[in-house]
Formats: sequence, structure tokens, C-alpha cells
Amino acid sequence: MDFNDTPSEAAYRAQVRGWLEANIGDYREPHSDDWEGPDFVRHAKIWQAKKHAAGYTGITWPKSMGGQGLGPMNSIIYNQEEGRFHAPTGLYAIGLGMCIPTVFTHGSPAMVERYVAKALSGAEIWCQLFSEPVAGSDLAGIRTRAVRDGDEWVIDGQKVWTTNAHRSDFGIIVTRTDPTAPKHKGLTMFIVDMHAPGVEARPLKQMSGGADFNEVFFTGVRVNDSHRLGAVGDGWKVSLTTLMNERLAVGGKRANAPGYAMLMEMAAAIETETGPAISATTVRERIASIYIADEGIKLTQMRALSALSKGEAPGPEQSISKVVVAKTMQDMASFALDLQQSSGIITDGGNESVAAMQMSYLGAAGLRIAGGTDEILRNIIAERVLGLPGDMRPDKDTPFNEIKAL
Amino acid sequence: MNFDFSDDAKTMRESARKFLDANAGPAVARKAMDGNAPFDAALWKAVTELGWTAARVPEAHGGLGLSAEESCVLAEEAGRSLAPIPLTSVLAATEALLGGTDAQQARWLPGIADGSVIACIGWGEGNAAAPSGAKAQVSGGKLSAVKLPVADLLGAQLAIVTAKGPDGVQLWLVDLAAAGVSTSALETFDLVRRSGRLTLDGVAVEALGDAGFYQDWLDRAAVLAAFEALGTGTAAMEMTVAYAKDRVAFGQKIGRYQGVKHKCADMYIKLELARAHALHGAWAMSDGGAGAAELRQAASAARVAALEALAYTAEETVQLHGGIGFTWASDCQFYYRRNRQLAAALGSKAWWSERLVRALEMRNSAAA
Repeated sequence: MDFNDTPSEAAYRAQVRGWLEANIGDYREPHSDDWEGPDFVRHAKIWQAKKHAAGYTGITWPKSMGGQGLGPMNSIIYNQEEGRFHAPTGLYAIGLGMCIPTVFTHGSPAMVERYVAKALSGAEIWCQLFSEPVAGSDLAGIRTRAVRDGDEWVIDGQKVWTTNAHRSDFGIIVTRTDPTAPKHKGLTMFIVDMHAPGVEARPLKQMSGGADFNEVFFTGVRVNDSHRLGAVGDGWKVSLTTLMNERLAVGGKRANAPGYAMLMEMAAAIETETGPAISATTVRERIASIYIADEGIKLTQMRALSALSKGEAPGPEQSISKVVVAKTMQDMASFALDLQQSSGIITDGGNESVAAMQMSYLGAAGLRIAGGTDEILRNIIAERVLGLPGDMRPDKDTPFNEIKAL
Repeated sequence: MNFDFSDDAKTMRESARKFLDANAGPAVARKAMDGNAPFDAALWKAVTELGWTAARVPEAHGGLGLSAEESCVLAEEAGRSLAPIPLTSVLAATEALLGGTDAQQARWLPGIADGSVIACIGWGEGNAAAPSGAKAQVSGGKLSAVKLPVADLLGAQLAIVTAKGPDGVQLWLVDLAAAGVSTSALETFDLVRRSGRLTLDGVAVEALGDAGFYQDWLDRAAVLAAFEALGTGTAAMEMTVAYAKDRVAFGQKIGRYQGVKHKCADMYIKLELARAHALHGAWAMSDGGAGAAELRQAASAARVAALEALAYTAEETVQLHGGIGFTWASDCQFYYRRNRQLAAALGSKAWWSERLVRALEMRNSAAA
């Protein structure tokens, strides 16, 4: 057993490290220009183009798609090394992580030709238009309609929680094309131009204060049939490709997110009537239990990396990642802020650790929902890993337009 | 990166599982509970003939000279199968004997390897003392003390006990055939794995390592204990999942209800976190360099995570079985009671949590 790179992994890491050291520039330190900043998109585009020119985009994609044709370990090594800095990378996570893999799995050669290279170089930004006000966890219940009109389809409806819709050039959208079929059977997926007439993205302010997701309205939006992804009625199958990629993308913990070490530093710095907070048994037991979850997920991911490194598929234990990461983040932040006593609620106190824990506490509430709620993920573990029977779904075989809520 | 057991250890795990699936499990545990024997002698003979006790013993002493990884997988399978044999005591004792002098190793390890010596561990003294809290003191090479509970004492030839030495609490070798030794049965919570009371009256004992070695051994024993608990917890989860797929209520399998299936998912989540920490412990125990430096932290976390996962799984196993799970006839009690046995066997979760945080503090201050 060891935690070392293989010789070829070590060589790739050295190459990546050398390139990053030479090119990381201003992103070595945390940047004042955050996710909300007006310059974010400009920075992200420049960084993506730079990576692309150097051969660090589409690392695992086939060469025929403009990728590097390398293995998953190469991609992981690149992300680990880039994660040591503060480069603006989030803008492309959804497009390159979920949308474009769906395009090259289910799209026509003409679509691949038109869209893949420009997404990879960062010139065009993509979003994923799935959830709706009435259909989140129960995605197959979406109502946005696409009606055929000659060579075109006309889309009407509303999507929501669409990250980066207001910054995107294109999106992949799942629509209902046959309301008389059962819910999973009447869906069809398209590529939609986010600048087309009738598309309106309205940023939604999150409870954390940020606004990186949107509600998106579609009013008589016309899409040519050549922009259909997969067969008519196959939208559910196509969307599963996207969702599989989504859980991989959302599952991990951000490299710079607060961990048990920050919690311990904070607990050591707080003086109580009986000494530093960290000397109290109750505090120490909580630290131990947070460490078990926080470090346990890191070690679980090492198990997956070991499998990938050997060319094997990671085991089912990976399915626990997001559900543990999100709740642990919430528990840890909540506990760290409790330790601050009354100052835990002060948001302009100038203490960076406290601010990080406050952001973490707010962000965790979203992370427990995004990309599969805690509840849906427990269903998935129970059903797909442990083999328990699926929930009763009384509407599963009913024509969509005849479904009544019980 | 290769954060996984070696192929040799995996092969050992597979053959151990196959053998114990056929020869141990709840039905064999029930037979042991209903009988009076200190352990299942026929099963123990078969296990020693398979070389499980020889695995970790160096070839020079008649063993196979395999690594700590093999002991870890055997501990997990022993826990999983509830096998009424003293295997995990012997594995932990072997780990201690490997730190002994050449003469001590030559005296005891060949017997461990061929199964003629059963060794047990006695650190408790019947009060609420933790593993480092022994009050007994060796003076002039003699020890008078009462050690209890001592798992697998009855039928053992060798006891490794704690008592104070020149620089603190450490391990001592007690030949159970020596003058002044008496043993008796002790009623305990776990009705399958028997414990005893060891009374020493001026018994000649030999130091096994020093106080520092004892602390190091505790970590190694904690990793083995974590695998044992992980095995027991996993078996309980599997039994519960099988029941949830079978039992019908309100016109459907109870495994369809989220109130049931989410508890099963939580068992899995806790056990997989525990497995990752246990594996970290196995690495720290086998790797002499970076691993040895992380052993205290990795072993403490492995112990805490395993006890947390086992407690949750054992308790919810009874709960999800409903009324039948509370009956004497149900197998649930084996896991529920074994959970208490393992929680008490090497210091409590609270004690190991404290040890974990201290290790983290030391590492943080070394890094600063």
C-alpha cells in the first residue's frame, strides 16, 4: 500500500506543475475578483484559452473530440495541481463536465463539429436546463413543452436553478414533446441558443447572497430539428448521461473549503472561563467526529483514485461522497460558529476563519440540495448499492396529461 | 497510488470468508452460546491448520512471515462471522510478541503459529480504568493483580497483561501454567465470546517491551479491532438489508419505505467511512516510514469510526427487524451484544477520540 504516484503519474504531475508555475500569474493568491465580479467571465475565458492552448483541457476526452485522449488520473492530477491556486475555473464546470459529454455521446457529427471545439477553448459558455419549479428531484415531471412545426420545434415553459444561464451562449434543455405518453417516455432533449428570441434568464439571488443561478423563461423559442439530441422521446435516457456526469462534478469538496484543521485552529484560539475551547472534552469529541467524516471522505476518494490508477472502475463507496461532504460542511460550520459565542453572527468582524465558516454554513444548505438532495442520494445508495426495492411511483405508467396528485 | 490491500491479503480474505461462511455465522454462534465450552475447539483446530495464526509469525519461528495486512483481513472476517474462536485475541497478542526479545519470540511464537498456544490480552482491572490506567505494579519481577474482563482467557496458555513498570504502564508476559495463576469464568454481555477473571498472586512475569512500546501496540491493536468491528457491522447491515427486502407491511416490502431504506443507507455510509479509516490504519501499521509517523492518528480514527458505525448498525438492526429482532431466537442479539463487547474491548470511543485529537494537535504543532 502506498499513496505515491506511479512513475508516469509523477512525470505528468511534474509537467503540469511546471506549466502552472510558469503561467499561474495573478491566480497564485486568492483573487479579489470573485464569482460575482464583473471581470469574472473575462478572466475565466482567458484562463481557459491558455489551458486549451497548452493541452490541459478535455484531458480524458478522445482525440477525435479535440481532447487529449489521456486517462482519468491525468485529469485528476491536473485538477489537484490547479486546485492549489485560485484560477477562475467554475464557469466551465457544467459545460465541459456535463453538457458537452452529452453532445458527443448523443449528438450528430455536425453538432460535434460546430460546438465541441469552441466549448473546449472557452469561447462559448454552456448551461444545463433541467429543473423546473414543479420538477426538481422528480425531474421526469417537467412541463416545458416543445411542439413540432415543420423543421422546427417551438419551446414554451420555465426552467430554474440554471447555473450560469445569464452568462451562457448555449444550453441543453429537456422538454416534453408527448404529453400523452408516461412521464419518462415523452421527453426530448435539444441544444438551445441562449441568445435566441424568447429566451430570458433572470438571475435568482441565493440565500448566501450570490446570484450564479437563474430562472429561465422560454416563450415561443424556435429550435431547428437538427439541434435535437437523441431520438424524439429519448430525452430521459439522454438526460441520464448528463446526470451521471453531474454527480461526479458536484461530489467532491472544494480544495480551499474549510476543514477540520481550521476548526481546530479556531477552537485553540478561543478563550473560555475554563481555558482554550479546544481543551473541553465536548469540543474534542466533536472535533474527532468531524475528522472522521471530513478525512474519511478524503480517504474514500483515495480508494477511488487507486482503482482508477490501476485502470479499474471505482467501487460503489463513491456514492457516499456528496451526501457526507455537504452535511459535514454544515455541521462543522455550525459548530465552529457556536464556538464563537455571540460573535458568530457578526459578518463584518474581520476574522477570515469566521467569515469562511459563515460562507460555508450558507453554502452547505445549497450543496445538500444541488445535484441530488441528501434524500435522493440515500435512495440511490439504498437502491443501487444495497439493492433495496425502489420507492412506489404511482404516476410512473400513467400518461403524463392524466396524472393527478394523490 | 495504491490505497488498497495487496493481492495476497485479498486472496487471504476471500479464502477466509469462504471458509467462515461455511463453518461459522449466527447458527454456530448460537451453538456456542447454548454450550459451555470456552470456544469452538473443532473450528479453532481447522483455522489453525489453515495457517491463520501462522500468517503474521516470522518464518524463523515457524510462521508464514506475512504482513499486518493479512492480520487485518482475518480480523475483519472473524468479526463478520461471529466465529466463537480466540482468533482476534491471538492476532493482537502476536502483534505484541513481535516486539519481544528473540528469546520471548522463540518461546511463544512457534506455538502461536501451530495453534498449540492461545494468547489473550488482559488490561482491565474491573474498575472504570482506561487502557493506560492499570494500577497493578510489578515489583521484583512478580505481579499480584486481578485482571478482568479478559476475553478468551479460558483455554489460553499465555496472557499478556498490563501493569506499571519502571517508566509507566506496559505489557507483561504471564505463562498461565506458572505458580500463583488462577482463572475463572466471568459472566459478560457477549454470550458467544467468553471472558474470564485472571488472578495473579505473586506470579513471575516478564516485561514485553517498555511503556512506549505499549502505546505503539495499543495503536496496532486498535487497527485490528477496527477491522473486527467493521466485519461485525457489515454482517449486521447485510442481514438487515436482506430482511427489508423480504418483510412486507402495508402491502409492500418494508425496504421501499424511506424511513427504512435511509437507515440502511446510513449504515452503509458509516461503515464505508469506517472502512476508509481502517484501511488507513492498515497502511500506517504496515508502512515503516510515513505510515509509522501517522499510526497514532490513523489507528485512533479507525477505532472511533468503527465503533460509531458498529453501534449505529447494531442498534438499528434490532430496530428495523421490529419485535422479532428483540427475541432470544433472533440473530439480532449477537450483533447488539457484540457491539458492547467490542466497544469495551480496547478502551471506549471517548478515550480514543481524545487520543485522536491529541495526535492531530501534535501533528499540527509539528507542521507549524
